[in-house]
Amino acid sequence: MPALPLGDPAPADGSLPPDALAQVGSRRFGVYVHVPFCRVRCGYCDFNTYTIPELGGHGAGVETYAEAALAEVALARRALEGAAVPAVSTVFVGGGTPTMLAPGDLVGVVDGVADAWGLQAGVEVTTEANPDTVTPQVAETLAAGGFTRVSLGMQSAVPHVLATLERTHDPANVAAAVAACRAVGLQVSLDLIYGTPGESLQDWRTSLETALALEPDHVSAYALTVEEGTKLASQVRRGTVPMPEDDDEADKYELADTMLAGAGYDWYEISNWARAADRQCRHNVAYWAGDDWWGIGPGAHSHVGGVRWWNVKHPAAYAARLGEGTSPAHGREVLTPGQRHDERVLLGVRLATGLPLDVVHPPGRRAVAAMIAEGLVDGAAAVRGRVVLTRQGRMLADTVVHRLLTEDVEPACP
Amino acid sequence: MSPIAQTAPQPAATPPEVIRNFCIIAHIDHGKSTLADRMLQVTGVVGERQMRAQYLDRMDIERERGITIKSQAVRLPWGVTDPATGSDTAYVLNMIDTPGHVDFTYEVSRSLAACEGAVLVVDAAQGIEAQTLANLYLAMENDLTIIPVLNKIDLPAAQPDRYAEELAGLIGCDPEDVLLVSGKTGEGVPELLDRIVDEVPAPVGDADAPARAMIFDSVYDTYRGVVTYVRVVDGALRPRERIQMMSTRAVHELLEIGVISPEPVVSRGLGVGEVGYLITGVKDVRQSRVGDTVTSERHGATTSLGGYKDPRPMVFSGLYPIDGSDYPTLRDALDKLKLNDAALVYEPETSAALGFGFRVGFLGMLHLEIVRERLERESNLDLISTLPNVVYEVRMDDGKEIEVTNPSEFPGGRVASITEPVVRATILAPSDFIGTIMELCQSRRGTLRGMDYLSPERVEMRYTLPLAEIVFDFFDALKSRTKGYASLDYEPDGQQESDLVKVDILLQGDTVDAFSAVVHRDKAYAYGVMMVGKLRELIPRQQFEVPIQAAIGSRVIARETIRAIRKDVTAKCYGGDISRKRKLLEKQKEGKKRMKMVGTVEVPQEAFIAALSQDGGAAAEKAKK
Repeated sequence: MPALPLGDPAPADGSLPPDALAQVGSRRFGVYVHVPFCRVRCGYCDFNTYTIPELGGHGAGVETYAEAALAEVALARRALEGAAVPAVSTVFVGGGTPTMLAPGDLVGVVDGVADAWGLQAGVEVTTEANPDTVTPQVAETLAAGGFTRVSLGMQSAVPHVLATLERTHDPANVAAAVAACRAVGLQVSLDLIYGTPGESLQDWRTSLETALALEPDHVSAYALTVEEGTKLASQVRRGTVPMPEDDDEADKYELADTMLAGAGYDWYEISNWARAADRQCRHNVAYWAGDDWWGIGPGAHSHVGGVRWWNVKHPAAYAARLGEGTSPAHGREVLTPGQRHDERVLLGVRLATGLPLDVVHPPGRRAVAAMIAEGLVDGAAAVRGRVVLTRQGRMLADTVVHRLLTEDVEPACP
Repeated sequence: MSPIAQTAPQPAATPPEVIRNFCIIAHIDHGKSTLADRMLQVTGVVGERQMRAQYLDRMDIERERGITIKSQAVRLPWGVTDPATGSDTAYVLNMIDTPGHVDFTYEVSRSLAACEGAVLVVDAAQGIEAQTLANLYLAMENDLTIIPVLNKIDLPAAQPDRYAEELAGLIGCDPEDVLLVSGKTGEGVPELLDRIVDEVPAPVGDADAPARAMIFDSVYDTYRGVVTYVRVVDGALRPRERIQMMSTRAVHELLEIGVISPEPVVSRGLGVGEVGYLITGVKDVRQSRVGDTVTSERHGATTSLGGYKDPRPMVFSGLYPIDGSDYPTLRDALDKLKLNDAALVYEPETSAALGFGFRVGFLGMLHLEIVRERLERESNLDLISTLPNVVYEVRMDDGKEIEVTNPSEFPGGRVASITEPVVRATILAPSDFIGTIMELCQSRRGTLRGMDYLSPERVEMRYTLPLAEIVFDFFDALKSRTKGYASLDYEPDGQQESDLVKVDILLQGDTVDAFSAVVHRDKAYAYGVMMVGKLRELIPRQQFEVPIQAAIGSRVIARETIRAIRKDVTAKCYGGDISRKRKLLEKQKEGKKRMKMVGTVEVPQEAFIAALSQDGGAAAEKAKK
């Protein structure tokens, strides 16, 4: 799993700088809840998650998780006291495998969030879920407990691809899970992965067709990234599994975008498509829009008013900190105006709504014309004052960001 | 046989009969510096407490690499008891340190000219090396008395009998005459000093003639200005007199004169046969050149001692700061280094690919490495150096002659002939490797001139080789093919006409001047294929397809293509990814500053460095696998 970023020490009481607190209320406020448990770890996954044997019974397991998470909610509430915290507009429970928790525990954490700050009317409450775990009973408990959305880790419909990814769920269960959610009025998103070693273009087409046949509200499609420290990375290094190819992933992205658009799903972020604007994941959009959120749980990241922080990763350390009444934050960074600007550009261009041109500094604005000519930036949108990426531009978003953030460098002279 | 510092003769009052001037000839790691350390201790000029390893090697770089770049002269007192009369005589031994590398042959020859004797030091576990052999020849040509010594006899791997035999065979003495010493333990060192007194002739000169002293070294000191090391041949030099450099006629006031023992000691002058230093306040070693003759301004000598040569650079390379804004720092650093290095020549140069830099001339590859390392270390610079090249003389059809020191300036148009420098190379190696070495030299356009067996196991091979073939990784190839056993020496041997062509490397149709090379026509294809292959691995994919070509004139001889990049986006960018992503972006922005634009192609500095480094080929090959 990735190391936590380098940052400054975070205060033990979880308090925030007055500057950051003063900004609370000027943006939407969300809550992310990280559930760091899985039954097995998949070979490609670098998320902060632990299997039961890995935890070794240090009193920080699945059963006691909700208690610790609620303790952090209480701490967050104290830290934000006096700030103009708006009612929570989105809650997102991610993992790990959130459905490793009893559905009642998931609901309990959401209730705790509601008690702390209140929930906005029309709040979006999402949980990620393994397709195997979403039975009609679970779906019903979730819906009754206030959840509005379930994001299912389908990944692929092709058995040999799932095997390479070490996904253990039964592909047939995806349809059942979708049906169970739909029956109780939960929105459904399907998560897909492309570019797995050994996956043909036809395999990918099959996965997309299978997903579309289930008529989800939302689809996320991610290129497989080989992350340092994963089993997949060591397999690639040893040469037992080939490195995913950028060109192959580019072909698959184009196929996905074509098929999804053809089926009525519009892209609203580089890796996300929705059947209608109100089916987008508003919680994720908040990340790209620079909104505030508090991340609850081991290894969770937070952002409030230009301060980013992250919790200790291990569930035992997390529970121990909260047990002592101290903040589980491991480190933080107070962003400089320059860093906030860079983030705004790098996140903003990922969205279909794009980035206002006037946010971009003059050298970057001068680069936009060339990027229109090269087919990276939508010319019509630029004329209307926004940087919106074309399909080609989305695939080369890193290049676009670099060029938007370019600074004039004086050539050296003798 | 003892140190008798208390009765030692004083400078300017030492009769030539008690002076012995000698140098030590040794290969890099055969223990010369350690042996010199022991001599300092045995003669009592350095006490136990002041002693440090490799005392005489002043510069850090020398001590770290175990090589001596600049020579020095140390005055050592030594008393010898006459066995017949029982009376003690106080002698003065001047140890003149010599550079041990082929790049500095001229400096070595001047050091040797200041001596009457040479101690030939050979590692008792390794035997003689080619460079030592070259310096031994030089010493013998200068009629020096040779005292053969096997050092490191304390080593378990020492084979004194075998190598004594080899040395005896070389210099025509009895194996029993070879002294066995250990610089490490000090064993045999007093006996060696006795032998020097015994065998090395005393200097001879005319004390009443006008002063003539030969400069054998010239060093820039930050506090004192140039310190000039001389050996007085005739007459005497006195403090405060005005002296003249005979090659330039420049006159300087002698501010200080003295000897080194082993720290500077001011004296009342220097007389016939003596060795010491002069300080005149000049700031540039060019005003006090090795090989020049110093005389008095009044009643000066009319003929110089002879043997003076202007240093002539043999190898050129472009030096560029990686960060373009470091150009002024590089210029200042070169100006400073030049004060201490009369052989260093340079002029500003602009490369479309690398920006502003300098074309720098060097005596050879070691000189290049040392200069580059000193620039980087002492001025905290990161440098790129272009592939080293030799000087070509190009004659055009219309009779015009052009000297080319930079391949990118190689003239187009109708060339009548091209000549390149050649060297006479000597390779010493175990005889098992004869075939391998012949193969290597053949592939480097070498001509075998002769071969001799030094012993049944060791052979000396003499080749004529184009210098250009040697500057391009020849030594590494020789070492790796002979498991490190072969040693190499070479000296300039004139020019030869050759079928040479310039190979250009083009990125998207634009010539990258830094990669142009002059090579033999038969090797042009191999160079082209190697370079375009390397660059294909080293240059990241761009938004457009980038053809890489190697061409002779307008004829393309090799081609590779870097396909356009289609995807670089990070698929997931959620809460915790944002800090990571921003930090990566900040790092990449820094990296961007290290990009050089060739036309519209962005080339990372690292690609230039890797492509220009001589082992970059192997690295690129590895990357491919």
